[in-house]
Amino acid sequence: MTWLRRNLLLLASLGVLVYMLIPNLVVAIFSFNDPKGRYNYTWESFTLDAWSNPCGAQGICDSLGLSLRIGLIASVTATVLGSMIAFALGRYRFRARSTTNLLIFMPMATPEVVMGSSLLTLFLMMGIPAGSLAVTIAHIMFCISFVVVAVKARVATLDPRLEEAAADLGANPAQTFLRVTLPLAFPGILAGGLLAFSLSFDDYIITNFNASPSSITFPMYVWGAAQRGAPVQVNVIGTLMFLIALGVVLTGQVLASRRERARAA
Amino acid sequence: MTAAAPVAVAAPSPKPPRRTNWVPYALLAPGLLWLLVFFAVPMFTLGSQSLQEGTVETGFTFTGNVGIYADALERYWPHLLRSVGYAATATLFALLLAYPLAYYIAQKAGRWKNIMLVLVIAPFFTSFLIRTLAWRTILSDTGPVTEVAQALHLTDVLQVVGLTNNDSLLSSKFAVIAGLTYNFLPFMILPLFSALDRLDPRLVEAAGDLYASPYRAFRHVTWPLSLPGVVAGTLLTFIPATGDFINSRLLGNTQTVMIGQVIDSQFLRVLDYPLAAALSFILLLMILGLVAYYVNRAGTEELV
Repeated sequence: MTWLRRNLLLLASLGVLVYMLIPNLVVAIFSFNDPKGRYNYTWESFTLDAWSNPCGAQGICDSLGLSLRIGLIASVTATVLGSMIAFALGRYRFRARSTTNLLIFMPMATPEVVMGSSLLTLFLMMGIPAGSLAVTIAHIMFCISFVVVAVKARVATLDPRLEEAAADLGANPAQTFLRVTLPLAFPGILAGGLLAFSLSFDDYIITNFNASPSSITFPMYVWGAAQRGAPVQVNVIGTLMFLIALGVVLTGQVLASRRERARAA
Repeated sequence: MTAAAPVAVAAPSPKPPRRTNWVPYALLAPGLLWLLVFFAVPMFTLGSQSLQEGTVETGFTFTGNVGIYADALERYWPHLLRSVGYAATATLFALLLAYPLAYYIAQKAGRWKNIMLVLVIAPFFTSFLIRTLAWRTILSDTGPVTEVAQALHLTDVLQVVGLTNNDSLLSSKFAVIAGLTYNFLPFMILPLFSALDRLDPRLVEAAGDLYASPYRAFRHVTWPLSLPGVVAGTLLTFIPATGDFINSRLLGNTQTVMIGQVIDSQFLRVLDYPLAAALSFILLLMILGLVAYYVNRAGTEELV
């Protein structure tokens, strides 16, 4: 009984983690399923069919390629634009700071349906057709704010005296920025970029309002497939994405802790 | 010359003059311009669209038809209320689930901290549509979860409370709220974690030394210090949950249709742009109102 009381918090925490991870486990298990009908919801028998042919379902890898392209363009653009804003906020005095903060906060406080539908009305009036271009513009828009938050948090922890020291040692502002500020802020920029990529890659609601039948992203493919029974390949790609991302993050963690240990030694 | 004079009065140039004054504006301009054109301006085109009349074939003309808002509210107030209700319930459950986990990771996990944080964001690595579809498998009528719930008569309890309509779990209010809670849980955990991570454990110890019970120490030390995280987390959960239609569409039934689903179908299938735009605008104003009231009550600044 005392053991239970002492470990209640740990048990509750583990329970929540299980709740969060069970769907990923189910996705992985059902990537080996051999469904009888169109719907991959009940377990039938084990097969490696989907894994040996992940592009087997029509259109799935085209949509994946489109999502990767849009994700790359949108995250790189948003990271550049957002980091610039974050440096301005963290390192300079300027007018209209509160308006700037509001304009950055608002996209995060607006439901996606509102952003998606309002962009649709803008594109209608401007005559920009629905499609990959409209989707990319939209993705850059909603990624910027998240990049700003990530980079700003990192810039705020940097010691301004390092930049002053660089200036004292004769570096011009450009050199100081490139040799001191940028490398120090890089972890924040990288985190913001990865966040932007995953937001773009995973977006369905805003994309839905601005895509056309010729610009089916991966989430749109999954949504369409779900209506008539999603192919098992969807689970294969979901599991692959999970494993790749987990590998990247864990490698980063190991490298970071090794570097820290080396610094301490 | 006359135009320059007020500026000179307002900002007497210091010595030496700061040559880099234009730099912050140059840094801000491209990103803010993007947000201005593709976030702020669309709010106006959305408002304008809602006041137009016509059809997709004949084109729309601006008539200032304000009556569309009364019409939209009259037809869809149940969906609006339902969306707020589901989102608020899911936010509450997410807070109850996230707090212990965030507290454990921040204060107790020790060398497991980073691993546990990775596990918290790990679900994100699989597309959330795929994960929501997985809940259809988990809650399916023949699955173990439903069978256990039936054996323990939990399904009967849910039915009495009105969260389900029969003895299955899928296609019900329960499934929609559980899906919303699940999908937005990481958005609750991460801000809570960052607030609790800054909490100095010595403060809680000091409360104990001063004879506060664990409950009082939590109530008067831990909880107030974690409030910024609570406010940020509840907003990050509530706002997207209110507009969401993935969960209600994939896990719900015709009685659980949320406002996002209505906006989506009015815009993209019914093609009634003015009505859809009006609903979208109402949703935005409603959320901004609720958020402003809440932030005011919670009294926390600097959310960005």
